[in-house]
This record gives sequence, C-alpha cells and structure tokens, in this order.
Amino acid sequence: MIAPVNGVPSAAKQLLRLDAALETERIAAKIRGIVFDRLKRKGAVVGVSGGIDSSVVAFLCARALGKERVIALFTPEEDSSPESLRLGRAVAETLGIRSFLEDISPILKGACCYKRRDDAIRLVVPEYGPGYKSKIVLPNLQDAARYSVFSVVVQTPAGEIRKVRLTAEAYLGILAATNFKQRTRKMMEYHYADRFQYAVAGTPNRLEYDQGFFVKGGDGLADFKPIAHLYKTQVYQLSEYLGVPEEIRMRPPTTDTYSLAQSQEEFYFSLPLAAMDICLFGRNHGFPPSELAAIAGLTAEQVTTIYAQIDAKRTATRYLHSGPMLVEDVSEI
Amino acid sequence: MQSRVHELRSFVVKNFLFGEDQRLDNADSFLDNGIIDSTGILELVMYLQHTYEIEIYDEELIPDNLDSVNRLAAFVEHKLAMPAVSKVS
Repeated sequence: MIAPVNGVPSAAKQLLRLDAALETERIAAKIRGIVFDRLKRKGAVVGVSGGIDSSVVAFLCARALGKERVIALFTPEEDSSPESLRLGRAVAETLGIRSFLEDISPILKGACCYKRRDDAIRLVVPEYGPGYKSKIVLPNLQDAARYSVFSVVVQTPAGEIRKVRLTAEAYLGILAATNFKQRTRKMMEYHYADRFQYAVAGTPNRLEYDQGFFVKGGDGLADFKPIAHLYKTQVYQLSEYLGVPEEIRMRPPTTDTYSLAQSQEEFYFSLPLAAMDICLFGRNHGFPPSELAAIAGLTAEQVTTIYAQIDAKRTATRYLHSGPMLVEDVSEI
Repeated sequence: MQSRVHELRSFVVKNFLFGEDQRLDNADSFLDNGIIDSTGILELVMYLQHTYEIEIYDEELIPDNLDSVNRLAAFVEHKLAMPAVSKVS
C-alpha cells in the first residue's frame, strides 16, 4: 500500500487545518438558513451510524437547530457491527436528542437482498453458503501500474479465508444487492422526515462526495449535506471541537456493509484516508506532484498516480451526481 | 494478428461505445479516453478468458496489456503462444 513512511507529516496536516470554532458557527448558520428558511422544515433527521461523519453532522444539526429539533435514526441490519448501534446511541445520549431504532433486516430479507448477494458471490465461489462471511476489496495500490479490480474475500465457517477476483457479473450483482441497504436506510430517514416535517441531513465528507463514494438514491440522497465541503481530516478536527465521544473519533472508518469487517480503503480508496485527503487537497489547489510529494511523504510518481485516479473516479462517478435529466427545460419550475 | 485486432475492436465498440465507432483509433488509450472503467476491465477480462480460453492473472491486469485495441491484440497473441499451462484446461 502506498503510505507515508511515518504517517502523514505535520506539514500536510497543517495545510488542511481550519478554525474549528469559526467553521462550526458558519456551518450552523447555513444549516439554519437551509432548513428553516429555504426548505421550510421544522428540524433534521440524521442517520447516525456510529461513524465520525454522521456523528459530526448530528452535533452540527443540534447546535444549529436546537437539540429538540434533531432526530437520530439507527438502522442496523444483520451484517452491522453491534458497535455501530452502541456508538450511535452514545451520540444521541451525549446530545440529548430523540432517537429511533429501526432494524431494517426484515425489509432487506423481503427484497431478497442477502439472497441476491449470496447468489452473486456463488458465481465465483460456488460453495458459498450459510455460515460464510464476505466482503469485497480493492488491491492495495502497491503496484501503481495495475488496474484496481475488485475481489471478494470469503471466510468459510471453519475460518479459512479465500480471495477470488470478481467477474463483472458477480461484482455488479453484489453491488446491486448490497445497495438495498443504503436505499432502505434512506427510505426510513424520509419516513421520519415526513412524519415530523423535518429535512434529511446527508453525511458525506468531501472525499466521499467528490469521489462518488455513495449510493445513488441511498446515502447519496439528502436535502442538505453540511460537511460535503470538508476534508476528512477537517471533519476529525471539528469532531474534537464539538465534543464527539472519543471512542468514535478513534475508531477506524468502516463501511459496515459487509459481514466481514471492511475498511473504506479496501473498498474504495486503496490508500489511507489521511494520505488520500492530502492528495485531493493537492489536486484541488494545483500542487505539482513533486511539491505535494515532499509535504505528504509520498513519491512524486505515487502522487501522479493518485491524481490520475482522482480524475478517473470523478469521470466514472459523474452519473451518481447527476439528477434526473429532462428532454426539455421546464422553465416554470 | 489483423483479424485479432478486428475481433477485439468489434467487442470494444459494441460493448463500451454502444456500437458507435466514434473514430476510435486502435492505438487510443481506453483509460485516457474514458472508454473503459474498472467494471469495464472486469467485462473485458471475462470476454478474453471465455473467447480465447486463456487464464489472465492479477499481475497481468496492467494498461500495457489491456489499454488499447492494439495492446489487447498483442496480449492475446502472446497468451495464445504460451505453453498450454497458462491456458484454461
């Protein structure tokens, strides 16, 4: 894996540093303007996963709108880590906001989410069945020249681990099945939004938003996205300022979507998030690879590769960002 | 070799350009021209494995082998010329 030898150097962290108090107030004012004035909603629903991003969004919403106007929604399913619910509850308790628990497993079973996923895995691992666990992973970017192609990692009931490269049919089948999870969660969030006349807060950080790391109509759907402009490093900085429980701040980011624990690096970024953050910042601010390399503790060749991948992901995920396209403008709307 | 180029070009045009030739040069990079993404690579690999009964290893999934019609043709020729051990039995 491409990783700075001694972690991300402090010069790089310095580049991304923001004034947490000022930024918090700026975002809070924007949230009030969006929710009350523009959307005419009475509060906000936040799907709280126990991760850093949704925790920060819940804290920001509570600060902006008042704790009585924020709902935390927990939507665990069979493959969720029990930790996620426990940490989600810690957020709601710390803030003193209302929370609701919706186990979405029965809905997912009704949609044959797990069966469709397992059928797709069986296209490449025929013996996959009850008692097995799985996740899909990208290769580490050790070899910059290689294409990033997905593999499935399966764990047999006996604990043996196998990794098999996916076919397009299997990959798309697994993805299409597991995307039910994010879409079901969003459906639940809108249920509560309708019930209380609230707006739905989206929780992507800048890295996820920019690189299309979301499900269209799932976690990509929201009425507002208050931290989509913040680099992940900055989200961590705000979390400290806002008083997000330390346990959440120290927890490595996971997707919490597959039955085997899966990091975001494995699934999408192929690079430690902090290093990815610096590279995205460098790309956005026109840093030549050689200059950024020195700051980020990477080689110029590695930065060049990462820049190219950032661009490629933007192109590949443009479809995810686009709203419904019309044949003709409806100018009255 | 020429027929191989023709076969592979037909597959690429049909699958990734929706049948529209778009003046694709056989030397054009699929990556640079946004023709094939990472899911597309998986489709391409499946096609090559099935059509030519070859096995493609992870370490062979590099642009040098797969990133243009000409490179694909050369790669397939090279694989087919290898001893049967690297082909799917």
